[in-house]
This record gives sequence, structure tokens and C-alpha cells, in this order.
Amino acid sequence: MAELSKTVLEIAGVNRIYSDDVNNTVEALSDISLDVERGEFVTFIGSSGCGKTTLLRLIAGLDVPQSGKLLLDGKPIHGTNPNRGYVVQQGGLFPWLDVWHNIAYGLKVRGLYSKRKAEVAKYINLIGLEGFEKSYPHQISGGMAQRVAIARALINEPELLLLDEPMGALDSFTRADIQDKLLELRKGSGATMLLVTHDVDEAIYLSDRIFIMTPRPGKIKDILTVDFPHPRHRGGAEFLSLRRDILERLELASAKPQPEYQI
Amino acid sequence: MANKEISNLKFALGILLTIAGFVIAIIVNIAVPQVADVNIKEYEYFGRLYNFNDLYRYIVLCIIAIFVVIGVFSYFDEDKRKKYVKKAPFRFALGLALALWDVLGTKYLLLPQPFFPGPAAIVETFLNEPAFVLENTLYSLRLYAAGFTVGVIFGVGSGILIGWFPKVYYWVSPILKITGVIPAVAWMPFALTLAPTPFSAAVFLMTMCAWFPIASFTAQGVQSTAKVHFEVAKTLGANTAQLVFRVAIPHAMPQIFGGIAMANGFMFTTLVMSEMMGQPGGLGYYIQLSRVWSAYYKVFAAIVIMAVLFSIILAVISAVQHRVLRWQKGLVK
Repeated sequence: MAELSKTVLEIAGVNRIYSDDVNNTVEALSDISLDVERGEFVTFIGSSGCGKTTLLRLIAGLDVPQSGKLLLDGKPIHGTNPNRGYVVQQGGLFPWLDVWHNIAYGLKVRGLYSKRKAEVAKYINLIGLEGFEKSYPHQISGGMAQRVAIARALINEPELLLLDEPMGALDSFTRADIQDKLLELRKGSGATMLLVTHDVDEAIYLSDRIFIMTPRPGKIKDILTVDFPHPRHRGGAEFLSLRRDILERLELASAKPQPEYQI
Repeated sequence: MANKEISNLKFALGILLTIAGFVIAIIVNIAVPQVADVNIKEYEYFGRLYNFNDLYRYIVLCIIAIFVVIGVFSYFDEDKRKKYVKKAPFRFALGLALALWDVLGTKYLLLPQPFFPGPAAIVETFLNEPAFVLENTLYSLRLYAAGFTVGVIFGVGSGILIGWFPKVYYWVSPILKITGVIPAVAWMPFALTLAPTPFSAAVFLMTMCAWFPIASFTAQGVQSTAKVHFEVAKTLGANTAQLVFRVAIPHAMPQIFGGIAMANGFMFTTLVMSEMMGQPGGLGYYIQLSRVWSAYYKVFAAIVIMAVLFSIILAVISAVQHRVLRWQKGLVK
């Protein structure tokens, strides 16, 4: 068996342009190129409109670029596939299914449910929701719901877990709790995780690498490596200095162009 | 909250009040002498003779028994206890109304006859020709089962296609909307002429009247499915058929049941009307037949059966709906 290459995801020269009814075009992504290593945790950060969600949707296979290529294990990405799990900000759970059946959804649609039924209980355990198997999404808290959404994606044992601001709608305590859960799950599953966020602390706390993106057109401006070990102390000196660094870069990124004339 | 609880004493009084009216109805039937000159026929069943008063009393006894059983089952549930006690005065009045009706309609014969027979005269139908009544009831039930099944399958099936495929929506929905404003019985002459049997004609008419509400509600439910649910399902490995059957249809279930509930009323109407206008059996046919002979007590008997039968059908549908839509319980609507 050939050894898997270190690079799991390769993106080269990707462009995505949206046009609306009146022929206005928005360059959501412009010439994006990057590589992601197996098992890595990378974060895309930037102000809204920088194309970070678009990039994640392209990787998920929910959208197609005008040009450029996206390769997973050297093979082009065509459409969706359970080997790329996708978690949205909120409302992604099926309201007509209880926690158990939401998590089991991937197994069911792939015809693996009868064989791997026991794994549902395992994932419910992992996310600490024992006793809530029969609860419906509207009966559990937002934090619980996001843990269910993450477990539902992970049960397919994806190579990539794509997280589109999964903690964006949660309060900061719940958010910290889920961040720890994510790191734990990552250790257990070895999945490569790609996170979109606009929370700098979250990015530093979780990531191996942080991609700073700028809007109009969406571009990758900087790539920062976070190399201090987990668990990371949110008040530590390295953490704070990196935080300042990122904030400065982001501010620079969103700074208005100077007027070309003066009164 | 304590003051809102129903004490055992109050609940016992509720049961007493509920059955008191019906007990009075039985006492009145026994105690008030038959003043008007009515020929009271005796019918032999199981080796004994019965007249209409006997059967009337048995039926009122059954009603008492039913309310006592409901009372016993309500005893253990606070909500049901409250409901039961709240309904007691109305049920008491119902018993009194029966007693009054009995006096005016049978004992003294003060109501205009033969249009307003007393309650005992109505139940006489079941002594008079029980087999024929049962036969017609079963005919209606069979027709309803066939019409409902075909109507729901056709309505839900076409609704899914209309909701899923924009092309089907474009070509079919104008036709659907037009049939929605035409009362289904207007197709009766064509149905009776063109359908191979009167039974299939009635099934066709019931399908027609159910089509608009069921199909349009279903289509709306399918169309309103959130994009995020389709996308998430796709990333989890769902294929197109699964997007329909495991995302769109479960999402549309509340609307589908809404459509069925609405169509059900139309189907009852269409069922009875088509029975009155060209079926070889059924409660509508029975009404028509009895009307010809001016046997209005039989018309009333058929109406009572319809009320009971259709109530049971509605209760069954609502029980199924609660079961299927249990995920909605507590969801703010």
C-alpha cells in the first residue's frame, strides 16, 4: 500500500466570481493557492465578505470555482462526499430527527447503519450527550446542538472536517467548551480540520496555521504558524503577542484606502 | 399552582355531574308515561323481545359507561382531569336535552312528525333493519378507505413532484389551481358515465376533491425545505433520492398532514353526495332511500352513524399525526 502523501488538500489558482441579476460581479475569491497537511488544524480568518465561507463551500463540493483546481489526496474534488464533513453555524440539525438519528444520518444514507450502529452511542459518549439520545434539536441548547452537528460529521470518518463558524452563535463559555471538545476529537480521530471564524482567540487557541484573508477580492494575505503546545493559555505572553500581531494585520487588511485628494 | 389542581372530591363530583344528566334521561324514559298514541313495535333478538325504549336505554347506558371509563383514565393525569371536569356541565346538559327530546318527541309527540322523531324512534332503525344499516355503513367505510387511500397517495405523490421539479410545477400547478375552485361533485355526470363502476366513480371524485389541498400543501412543504438541510445531507452522503425521501418529505410532513386534514372534510362531503346521487349502497344511499319512504327517523339514524364514524376517523388521523409529528411537540409555531 502506497504511503499517503503528507499533503491532504491542495488548492491552486482558485477563482470564484459571483454575479447578480443586474450583472454586478463580486470577486469572492481571487487566485487562492494553499496546501493543507494531513492532521493539521488550519483556520481561515478575516472580516465578513473575505470569501472564507466560499472557500470552505468549494472544498465541501457545494460550489464550483470558475478556474483553478482543488485536489484531495491528489484527486480533483467533484461534488460532495462524506469524506469531507461539513458543519454550519447553526440550524444544520434535522428538526424531525432526535439526537441519535441526527448523528446516525450519515450511516443511514450510506447503508452502514446496521453494521455500525454501535458507533452512534460511542459518538454520543464522546460529545457527552448521554441521556439526550431521544431529545429533538429544539429541546437541547445551542452548544449541545453544535456538538451533535460535529459528531454527525465525524461519524463518517472524514478526511477533512470543514467547520463554518460552528461556534459563532454561542456564548463564550459554551464556545470554550466546544473548542476543547474539538481538540479532543481531533486527537481521537486524526481528522484534518479546517475552521472558518472571525474570532482571533479561537483561531490561536485551536490552530496549527492561521490564514488571514482580505475582502474584495477575497485573497490570502498572510499565513501564520502557531507552534506553541496545547493546552494553550489564553492569557499567556505568546498568545497575547500573537493576538496583537493578528489584530494588527487584520486592521491593516481592512483599512480604508487613503483618499487620493485632499480638501 | 396548588389552587389549580383538581381535588379528588371535585373530580368525583365532575363524574357524578357528567353521568347525572344521562341517568335522568333514563329515569324520564322509564317514569314518564307514553301519552301520545304511538304504535310501539316489539322486535325479537336473541330469544327476547325489545322495543325502541329498551334499546334507547341501553344506548344511554353505554354513553354513561363510556364517560365513566374516560373518567377512570383521566383520573391519573392532571390535564385530563381538568378537561374532564370542565366538560362536565356540558355533558350534564346533553343528558337533560336527551330527556327533554324524549318527552317532546316520543312521549307527548309535540314535535312536528314525521320530521322530528324522538331519540327512541331514531334508534328503532337499528332494531328495524340492523343488517341493512350495517351493510350500508360498511359500504361507506369501504368507499371512504378506497377514496382516502387513492386521494392521499395521488395528492402527496403529485405534490412532491410539483414541489421538487420546477418543470412539473410550471405545467401542472395551473391545472391544480383550477381544480381547486371546482367542487368535485360537479364532475359527477362525467364520472358516472365514464367510470367503469359507480364505486370507482366515487373514488375518482374523492381523489379530485382531495387533490388540490393535499398536493398544494405538500408542494409548499417540499419547496420550503431549508437549503442548509439539503447541503448538510449531501455532505453526509445522501443521494438525490435520499434528499427527497430523507430531507424534503420529512420536512414537509406537517404541511402534508395539514393538507390531509383539510381534504378529509371535502372527502366526507363528496362521499355522502356521491352516495346520494348514484351509489348502490352507503349511508348517503340509505338517507336517499329512507327519504323516499318519508322514514325520517332513519335519515336521522344515518346522520348519527356518520357523526360517530367520521369522528372516529378524525380521531385516528389525529393520533397518527401526533405520532408522526411528535418532533414538533413544544416547538414554537
